[in-house]
Amino acid sequence: MKLLVCVSRVPDTTTKITFKDGGATFNTDGVKYILNPYDEWYALVRAIELKEQLGGTVTAIHVGPAANDTDIRKALAIGADNAVRINAEASSPAFVATQIAAHAKAEGYDIVFTGKETINYNNSSVGAMLAELLDMPFVSYGTHMDVAGNTATITRDIEGGAEVVEVDTPFVVSASKGMAEQRIPNMRGIMMAKRKPLKVVEPAAFEETEKAVHYELPPAKTGVKLVDPENMDELVRLLHEEAKAI
Amino acid sequence: MVLVFAETVKGGFKKAAFEAVTYGAKTAAVLGTDCAAVVLGEADNAGQLGEYGASKVYQLKSDHLANFDSQVYTAAIAGAADKIGASVVILSHSSTGKSLMGRLAARMKAGAVAAVNAVPTNDGSFKVRKPVFSGKAFATYEVSADKKVLSVMGNSIQPEATGAAVAVESLDVDVPAPRVRVKEVKRVEGVVPLPEAELVVSAGRGMKGPDNWGIIEELATVMGATTACSRPVADSDWRPHHEHVGQTGVAIRPNLYIAIGISGAIQHLAGVNSSKTIVVINKDPEAPFFKAADYGVVADLFDVVPRLTESLKKFKAS
Repeated sequence: MKLLVCVSRVPDTTTKITFKDGGATFNTDGVKYILNPYDEWYALVRAIELKEQLGGTVTAIHVGPAANDTDIRKALAIGADNAVRINAEASSPAFVATQIAAHAKAEGYDIVFTGKETINYNNSSVGAMLAELLDMPFVSYGTHMDVAGNTATITRDIEGGAEVVEVDTPFVVSASKGMAEQRIPNMRGIMMAKRKPLKVVEPAAFEETEKAVHYELPPAKTGVKLVDPENMDELVRLLHEEAKAI
Repeated sequence: MVLVFAETVKGGFKKAAFEAVTYGAKTAAVLGTDCAAVVLGEADNAGQLGEYGASKVYQLKSDHLANFDSQVYTAAIAGAADKIGASVVILSHSSTGKSLMGRLAARMKAGAVAAVNAVPTNDGSFKVRKPVFSGKAFATYEVSADKKVLSVMGNSIQPEATGAAVAVESLDVDVPAPRVRVKEVKRVEGVVPLPEAELVVSAGRGMKGPDNWGIIEELATVMGATTACSRPVADSDWRPHHEHVGQTGVAIRPNLYIAIGISGAIQHLAGVNSSKTIVVINKDPEAPFFKAADYGVVADLFDVVPRLTESLKKFKAS
């Protein structure tokens, strides 16, 4: 199986988000970056497990500048065989999908993996865009996936439940919690990652269709109103009369 | 023209569909145009979408639309938009909408903004706001492309049924055969799914173990609320994964979020801080969650939760 895993780089989940230039740009000062958890923990690990079971190769692909090579090496240390970096800032889902599709078109991957969304812009768009650009079926929010021959059986999250679907390769799948268990790279993996091929590709032409022009933080809460634990009737009254929540 | 895809489950409209049509009608007003709605497959009384502001309702019927396949639905919606000359398409930010969004944008060569939570403005340029960094901030996007696809975040607009039902029309659109084969659909019946829930009761590690959840479930039942949990609880398999709210779980914005025995780590707050009213019950007065709360109760949850349930029962009965 020839497997492609799209990996994005995002601020660590504990990051306190701030902006500068009057809200025009995200303040990256002191921000620690990680691989997007859905990409790393679920998509990448499930791809590696399938390779271990069925044979083949796992390629990790990333859109970003050279400074992100350390993050790509982490994907290689976890077990990807090789990596491709598109040498450009990941400016929008459409940009990322266009660049990855340009690479994938010629390669003939059997399965293209993404995480269900990135935890910075939460668009959940790249997988669906890639599927359209590659004319492949798309199965989103996979929580379990088995592959036999050229057919995959995938359990996917839907509102208030789950759905089991079958799809033939090639296809695009987005991975949710449950599809695999996080793997911590071991020393051997980290050493091997240094020698694995990381190909750098210049981006294809692209015209932006939308961009973020202003950022703001949510309004701060004005202060908590403490309610006497012995008087839950009062909390109910406040929720009904003041908050109008019940 | 603005075209809204109104989602159905088993032929009935979801609340998200009425929200999307209301949002579409308001967007059309901003753009000085009309709003139409499209329904895919079977639907009871599709004409009621007119009440929420759709001046036209189109229904496409095909065996190929019986189950969700992003390719098939994209072809149907893009085909309908093309037929009626719609340049803006509105989706719900549901699992279906999210799975369609990117595909539809790529097909229509449209600018796309996911999870919008406010009606767009159009003073020279088209701008719309959405949460980013998993709810830790908001971003305003400017869409430069002529065509636009937006998905509307659940509970970010109240459905407004101020109009009248309209006649349902059919449209001649080519609907391809699905390539994804749906084998089984498992729905939990009788429970409002978390992303759509207006009332949520959520509990964390303070519960000490999965066997103690009876008091949470009883509170939720009395309120008619959906239950949720924090990440450590889902990771320990005390509760099913789909209940996990937070940055790496489900992001929600109910009218009321009651957090019980959850300290309020930044990752948890990210997924819930858009809730309109937050109540925190925790025995630790230093728990960071109190800073994000509207109402707080500093007490042992095992004492206070049953009392809250009793007070709610009295309130419901009165």
